[in-house]
Amino acid sequence: MDERAAGAAASVEAMFREERGRLLAALVRRFGDLDLAEEVASEAIEAALVRWPVDGVPPKPGAWLMTTARRRAVDRLRRDQVYAARLAVLQVEADRAGPAAPADAGGDLPDERLLLFFTCAHPALPAEDRAALTLRCLAGLATPEVARAFLVPPATMAKRIVRAKNKIREARVPFRVPGADELPGRLPGVLQVLYSIFTEGYAASAGPDLQRPDLAEEAIRLARILRRLLPAEREVTGLLALMLLTYARRAARTGPDGGVVLLDDQDRRLWDGPMIEEGRELVVVALTGGPPGLYGVQAAIAALHDEAPGVAATDWPQVVALYDVLLAIAPSPVVAMNRAVAVAMRDGPEAGLALLDGLAEDPRLRGHHPYQAARADLLCRLGRSAEAAAAYREALKLAGTEPDRAHLRRRLREAEGS
Amino acid sequence: MKYMLLIYAGAADAADRCDYEEWVAYDKALRDAGVLVSGHSLKDLTTATTVRVGPGGEPTITTDGPFAETREVLGGYDVIDVPDLDAALEWAARCPGSRDGGSVVVRPVAEFEV
Repeated sequence: MDERAAGAAASVEAMFREERGRLLAALVRRFGDLDLAEEVASEAIEAALVRWPVDGVPPKPGAWLMTTARRRAVDRLRRDQVYAARLAVLQVEADRAGPAAPADAGGDLPDERLLLFFTCAHPALPAEDRAALTLRCLAGLATPEVARAFLVPPATMAKRIVRAKNKIREARVPFRVPGADELPGRLPGVLQVLYSIFTEGYAASAGPDLQRPDLAEEAIRLARILRRLLPAEREVTGLLALMLLTYARRAARTGPDGGVVLLDDQDRRLWDGPMIEEGRELVVVALTGGPPGLYGVQAAIAALHDEAPGVAATDWPQVVALYDVLLAIAPSPVVAMNRAVAVAMRDGPEAGLALLDGLAEDPRLRGHHPYQAARADLLCRLGRSAEAAAAYREALKLAGTEPDRAHLRRRLREAEGS
Repeated sequence: MKYMLLIYAGAADAADRCDYEEWVAYDKALRDAGVLVSGHSLKDLTTATTVRVGPGGEPTITTDGPFAETREVLGGYDVIDVPDLDAALEWAARCPGSRDGGSVVVRPVAEFEV
């Protein structure tokens, strides 16, 4: 392969990652059919893989792909008259809904991925399918990869994706960006989808590994795209900041054996400095100019941890204050639990334990291993080893990943030994 | 595209909250927007009769209305013609039947090529 061919192959690769979602969105916008759009998008990319190494990369790669895909779509429609009639109706209505962006705004494909973000996260779709569809359509993951992301068999995931697409088509879930009046109602759903992808990547709920960097990075990549598309939405910025400030600690979160290393024991030199810096700048933007949002406040808490040279030097009074703000915006037992841990750092383990015990009756914490682990830790610090051991045993029953369990077993042995 | 809004009362014995004016206003809004295809409200559940025909073809008549174990009771329906699901959901949310423990189920109407 000569240099030009190698360069072309590399740009197709990059195109596949970066432009697939954009191409798909533009095709969906035009044809109103996700399946058709996916098929012709793939065909166009395949055609590029054949043509570009020979002909060179065209000056407007996105437009080239779009033209190719559109021709394929028209061919299909000619072959299938019934399909064509239905799509013609859809297209007329799509045009009525709003004028299409000019074909060569910015010289290449207009970015219509925002439509896909909102369609994939539409509240009419089952919650479990929203993240899967987002990974499929916007991240461009193949169905088996999406299945792996959620630890379900590929056939199960294929069924779920077909079902979701079927609902989009048959119930006519619209491809549109919600208007300014609807945005506050719809955006949290989109952010929730991205955050759930991130969380699954950062702290896997089950499986052999504690972290799944591919998923976390995909979530960050999608959040960056969303932020470019909705630059004025501060919660989008807050979410991106939260992901960066959390993900910056990834290298220190596991030991050489893959085991869990808690925040207290992490080697802070392993934290990703530039990522923390970027996150901190974004937090400032997210918290400026209006009431604070859910993700912005969580990002601010993460920033306080990331800025501190050590656990003792962390600004705990400020952390507690931010948890108070968070509880006011979005009361939840998990937030109350984290606040209790911060209070323990500020006022001593006794104060924290009293707060944690006050949450014991909450059914939502009953299956939550971090709650038992946090209690156990405070009991340990108070020298109540027998009670601590009992709490660690409880946590062990609930923990889902092997590194979590190994960590808890270690702490249990320590509690039993003292 | 046509959608049927199935309007359910929260429970069979729910107090009859006769917000007559609200329903009239909703009906008028549907007509004014030009989206109403058809709609009916149903009489009280105690007046309903269920017919089932057994495998032998003999009709079996049950006189105590629809399935007694169902808590939610269909009270009426509207068929509307709107561009997409979001528009249908908006109308469903405006329907007085979606409040006070009631619910509105939105179902796309199947249309067949002739």
